[in-house]
Amino acid sequence: MQKPTPGAYQERFYQKELETMDREALLALQGGCLVATVANCYANIPFYRQAMDAIGVLPGDIKSIEDLHRLPFTTKQDMRNAYPFDLFAINVKHEVQRLHASSGTTGNATVCGYTQNDIDNWGDCFARSIAQVGGGSESILQIAYGYGLFTGGLGAHEGGIRMGATILPMSSGNTRRQVQMMKDFSSDILACTPSYALLIADTAIEMGFDPPKDFNLSAAILGAEPWSQGMRQEIEEKLGVVAVDIYGLSEVMGPGVSCECRAQNGLHVAEDHFVIEILNPETLKPVPDGELGEVVFTTLTKECSPLLRYRTRDISRIIPGECSCGRTLRRMDRVSGRTDDMLIIRGVNVFPSQFQQAIADFAEVTNHYEIILTRKDQLDMVELKVETVPEFDFDEIRKIESLQQRIAGELKSSLQVNVRVSVVEPKSIERSMGKARRVIDMRQL
Amino acid sequence: MPHQVTVFLENEKGRLASMCRTLADANINMNALTVADTASYGVARLLVDQPEQACEALSKAGYRVRLVDVSAVEIPNVPGGLAVLLEAFDDAGLNLEYAYCFGSGEDKVVVIFRTEVVEGIAGIVDRLGYRLLKSNDL
Repeated sequence: MQKPTPGAYQERFYQKELETMDREALLALQGGCLVATVANCYANIPFYRQAMDAIGVLPGDIKSIEDLHRLPFTTKQDMRNAYPFDLFAINVKHEVQRLHASSGTTGNATVCGYTQNDIDNWGDCFARSIAQVGGGSESILQIAYGYGLFTGGLGAHEGGIRMGATILPMSSGNTRRQVQMMKDFSSDILACTPSYALLIADTAIEMGFDPPKDFNLSAAILGAEPWSQGMRQEIEEKLGVVAVDIYGLSEVMGPGVSCECRAQNGLHVAEDHFVIEILNPETLKPVPDGELGEVVFTTLTKECSPLLRYRTRDISRIIPGECSCGRTLRRMDRVSGRTDDMLIIRGVNVFPSQFQQAIADFAEVTNHYEIILTRKDQLDMVELKVETVPEFDFDEIRKIESLQQRIAGELKSSLQVNVRVSVVEPKSIERSMGKARRVIDMRQL
Repeated sequence: MPHQVTVFLENEKGRLASMCRTLADANINMNALTVADTASYGVARLLVDQPEQACEALSKAGYRVRLVDVSAVEIPNVPGGLAVLLEAFDDAGLNLEYAYCFGSGEDKVVVIFRTEVVEGIAGIVDRLGYRLLKSNDL
């Protein structure tokens, strides 16, 4: 693949007819898919049948995309309650090709099933991202997302398959080897988390490479965690690539629900597979284009795990206007926050309340705590500050050390996150009359 | 047994000074102070003239503080004075959590220590001709 030169870039498409579809035609397509999805949900998923019956909406009431607002919402808790397969529209033993699950650190994991069609559609969505950064069937796609239950690795993998690209399935880790193969195999496109892209860049530089000169890499498709414009610049400069943001969540599908093009001004939503709504999280009414609200998705083509109006808790907005790339698929802005207090630590979703639950089992500490997030060498670092109860015998230092280690061990096993636990003086943890400030995020995302 | 006041201190500029100021303001006199430090915190152990009052004043000022029973032995200020005592403890299987010393008059030293068990200490001290100190001896 030629490294693009400014001004001479020719936009590439994977499914041009869908990606540049006339708005009216797209709405009609969405309407037809919505009718089918609602029928599938009502007929095959008792949860949706009950939810629709409860508000007096029948599948026949949904005739076009205009009727979307009449449908009930789905929440993360609904998905947890359905663990493992109660939100599947088909029997898991028959046509389900694969299962993915979210990290599931609070209560049950959320599980999604994929039929072969679901996987193909997912692959198509990710393949569009490959074209959006200028890639094609000739590209060598180095996938450094983790492979497994997490949708990152295999989502990118399916995209590579559908595109017909050459896939280098590295998974995450083994960073020096990543760098060596990136060089030796002339990888074109890197797909991983932004923090891992930076670590790869820094490792390459440390190994004596000048990535923009020594590597064939032209683009990076990065997602699964929040990142800043400054981080984008750093990655682009260090690796000599165009770095784009890709968005997705395992409940809805995985990476590829939306992705930036090279214009880097918003993520084109795969609107032929998902309807996006931006709602006021209080009133649950739509906000005008351009205004921030909670992102809500309805799947249009998913066979196994269809979702009606899934509340993501992510905050974003629709970017009004047309994109210079020629795609008519609307763009959502990069996610600017959460309506809840969920933290993403090294790609793992964690709620502060989980720290609270974990320390509640330790009689040696009080229920005051503080979580401090920092970045070191591009990796998230977590410190948990706790204070001991007055009765705790800290006169022997090894008792303090042992307490810190036991709490860290508990957090590691329950949250899958490495945490440095520090016993501090009571004065160090802020007391407040209202909602205590439990998290200090200094990662500058 | 003598009472030691143990204070948990974060490694932070001026924290030890502010602890001492709290004690001074409560009119408490310190006879000995030692600080065990780690990367992020320290543990100050002190002997004071009014341990209960010291604990109260420090707690009120927001410190985590403990009143701890420790052993105190008066030993001669000569080479090997401490060694024979510790060797005897070792032979008896007594493990010290920590220890510190301070001078007492011209020819005496007081060693303060904490052990998991205290049985046997008095006998060893007696046998060596040393003196086990009580609260009011300090």
